[in-house]
Amino acid sequence: MSEALIAVALVWVAASGTAVVLTRDPLHQAFVAGFFGLALAFLYLSMQAGDVALSQIVVGAIALPLIVLLSLAKVRKDRE
Amino acid sequence: MSRRARLALFAAAAAALAVTLGVGLAGLPSFGSQLTSYARMLNDLAPRQRHVTDVVSAITFDYRGIDTLFEEFILLAAVAGISVLLRPFSDEARELPEDKAPDRRIPPPSPAVWLLAVVLSSLLVLVGLETVTHGVLTPGGGFQAGVILASALYVVYLGTNYRTVERYQPDALLEASDGVGAFGYVFIGLLGLLAGGVFLSNVVGLGVTGNLIAGGTIPLLNLTVGLEVAGGFAILASEFLDQTAVISTRSRRR
Repeated sequence: MSEALIAVALVWVAASGTAVVLTRDPLHQAFVAGFFGLALAFLYLSMQAGDVALSQIVVGAIALPLIVLLSLAKVRKDRE
Repeated sequence: MSRRARLALFAAAAAALAVTLGVGLAGLPSFGSQLTSYARMLNDLAPRQRHVTDVVSAITFDYRGIDTLFEEFILLAAVAGISVLLRPFSDEARELPEDKAPDRRIPPPSPAVWLLAVVLSSLLVLVGLETVTHGVLTPGGGFQAGVILASALYVVYLGTNYRTVERYQPDALLEASDGVGAFGYVFIGLLGLLAGGVFLSNVVGLGVTGNLIAGGTIPLLNLTVGLEVAGGFAILASEFLDQTAVISTRSRRR
């Protein structure tokens, strides 16, 4: 059971990681990267690393998208 | 540098990286192998020695507490550096977004967003407090809790507007929380020296395994890290938000 979970998690990480690279628009990329972070958190959880999974969620879902989105807004504002 | 020279440099660097990475990966334990003897020893020792049920907390805040101290100061330095870099420069001005259209007020967020922000921000504070206090019992701890607590402030911004956040955001308190949290870790470390042990030795009463307050200095260090990270991430968000919302270049370069 847990091996099947880990397999699902690994495939999810590989697919969403590739999606991050293939997404060229930075705004869309911020959201896709959020899903990639979720996949990583699921992978850590499936390997019973609860602390690492929690850290991954707070960094991947809160800190990283926030800073990317605000930076994009700043760049866009300066171009106006 | 010509294209050929750059390619040659890249090829050399990539080959060196591939060899180092290959040697490192070859030395890893195989997938699904049993726990190492060090992991087994800690799983066995930590609950008896430190009276905690989350062994990871015992490692990060006790056995390897000095590493966490350095990581905490890396975050403090990063937040201080960002505050310095993102201050308004002499050719930049702070102007509220309304200035561009003085006769028009900023439209308030929709009631649905407002309601979501009210529910979510209180839930985030609750989950943050839960995560920081249960660090010795279950996965979680000061770092994760700090980010969750700081994110409650972002949600308030989503549900209101920049002016409300700027008026009610306790800037001095956030900066104090950042500094007090970082110093608190050092202070608790010094307690060990004062008690005649070594720096960061666990000198507070250990309590009963499984209780909320157990593990001696581990919950206290969790608390200081939580304070520091919450303050640091809130400052980080507010600096970036200032850049986006109110700071703009006075002389238009484009």
